[in-house]
Amino acid sequence: MIRNSASEMASKLASGDVTSVQLTQAHLDQIAAVDKQVHAFLHIDTEGALAQAAAVDLKRKNGDKLSPLAGVPLALKDVMTQKGIPTTCGSKILEGWRPPYDSTVVANLKKNDIVILGKTNMDEFAMGSSTENSAYGPTHNPWDLSRIPGGSGGGSAAALAAFEAPLAIGTDTGGSIRQPAAVTGTVGVKPTYGGVSRFGLVAFSSSLDQAGPCARTVLDAALLHEAIAGHDPKDSTSINAPVPAVVAAAKAGNVKGMKIGVVKELNGDGYQPGVRKRFEESLELLAAAGAEIVEVSAPNFEYALAAYYLIAPSECSSNLARFDAMRYGLRVGDVEGASAESVMNLTREVGFGREVKRRIILGTYALSSGYYDAYYGSAQKVRTLITQDFNKAFEIADVLVSPTCPTTAFKIGEKADDPLAMYLNDIATIPVNMAGIGGMSLPSGVADEDGLPVGFQIMAPVMKDERMYSVGASLEASLLSKWGAPLLSTIPVLAGSK
Amino acid sequence: MTSLSRDDVAKLAGLARIEMSDEELVALSNEFTVILDAVARVQEVAGEDVVATSHPLPLRNVFRPDVVIPSLSPQDALSGAPAQEEQRFRVPQILGEE
Repeated sequence: MIRNSASEMASKLASGDVTSVQLTQAHLDQIAAVDKQVHAFLHIDTEGALAQAAAVDLKRKNGDKLSPLAGVPLALKDVMTQKGIPTTCGSKILEGWRPPYDSTVVANLKKNDIVILGKTNMDEFAMGSSTENSAYGPTHNPWDLSRIPGGSGGGSAAALAAFEAPLAIGTDTGGSIRQPAAVTGTVGVKPTYGGVSRFGLVAFSSSLDQAGPCARTVLDAALLHEAIAGHDPKDSTSINAPVPAVVAAAKAGNVKGMKIGVVKELNGDGYQPGVRKRFEESLELLAAAGAEIVEVSAPNFEYALAAYYLIAPSECSSNLARFDAMRYGLRVGDVEGASAESVMNLTREVGFGREVKRRIILGTYALSSGYYDAYYGSAQKVRTLITQDFNKAFEIADVLVSPTCPTTAFKIGEKADDPLAMYLNDIATIPVNMAGIGGMSLPSGVADEDGLPVGFQIMAPVMKDERMYSVGASLEASLLSKWGAPLLSTIPVLAGSK
Repeated sequence: MTSLSRDDVAKLAGLARIEMSDEELVALSNEFTVILDAVARVQEVAGEDVVATSHPLPLRNVFRPDVVIPSLSPQDALSGAPAQEEQRFRVPQILGEE
């Protein structure tokens, strides 16, 4: 049962074949059986999840009108506040903090009766591509436990691949939903910036952060997308427009007559041969399904990584100033006569990990007087150029595509000491965040050389998110008929797995 | 090539309110030489004619109706406080004694 898709689970709930309490308990059992190996979760809310499930079952028994995903369990990235539930962002500075309010995403999940199993592991404050920067230890990729599950949302992606949850919430600042999806053989979507409220999403880089759905199928992602998206007066950057019709697009999966643009700059040198091969195959399948494949060029994308590593640290150096040891979180060195400043200094020394400190210092430098124009100012100009590249490309093509990542999952520890090598993971995902458009990653198979999953990325213009779902669902269907079973049916079975 | 000395990093760490060991300062100063070289590439294309983008949405002032809604109770607002006193956050000394 835990290997079903969320939509299949929803059908079984609707027909009365299973109750939400049984379904939730089955996932809690799987978590108990395998999470010592995977470490996808930082907190498991057994009592809360079962209570929520029982409440949905009662509503169903009473004949209440329920949402499509009512009663289906979900794993929540630990960057999202949930009232009374520990929210750490993978950081020691927030250890033990229980927020007094729900994020809008959580409020929407509760409104849709989606059962929240617990909080998933992540790189500290979402800074990283491997989940190795979590203060609570790394998450392991269920495909190969010695490898990274991607980051920052490695916990959410690994929970899906380990059948600990059929749905998860991620957040994507430079690829933190899509890259983990790619390396775990799951589906991850970064909606258009402003499509999903950021209220209660602990901010890393406010102009780039966007929450989105993670799932095992394109349709499941679409159902979750519609459940969490929409205008929120509590987030002034949330878009006041109807949610794109992503479920209808995922159900139709029609690419006939669509123009699909291959981004020349996001494929070639530096991309693993097995990644390129799966990408080429996927293009052939989309062409066979009736899409027209064209090539587009985005010459400024090569500067995206550099611009990102100025903009994101700059915004984080400001956003993370709120962790000042005064109102919540860790406080260190508060002895008789200690000044507020020394308490802040000592708390932030102990509370923040190495990568977070590195980015705060880099951002402080990039924003400092005398360097602002050369660094942060120039990066903002590159952002304009990237957006212009996208605009031109979308004049030619309806969607753009690329491999999600240059390589498959690397070994835990392999890149931990080389920040620049680590940053290169995000080379194909970052441009999407810079322009605020939508991006999806779905599995396109495994690489021949290592047998590890490869992701196919689809990018769509602002508020045209439904196009990603049309293309994603079409490709998924073609791949499914080619393979005969979903990719995740070939994942090695974890010891003790149900 | 841009580089940041140990003392430069110490000054930035002070501005960012992060205490750092000497070892950490030296390590960061070495890393920044490499990182700054990589990110300085943005200057190659950031001509004077290019306008800056600070945000993906072309938003200016966003307003909503001024409606009174319940706010956090003092108990909830103080629930995460490292220290509290008389229904207030207790903080370390901010001003010097004179």
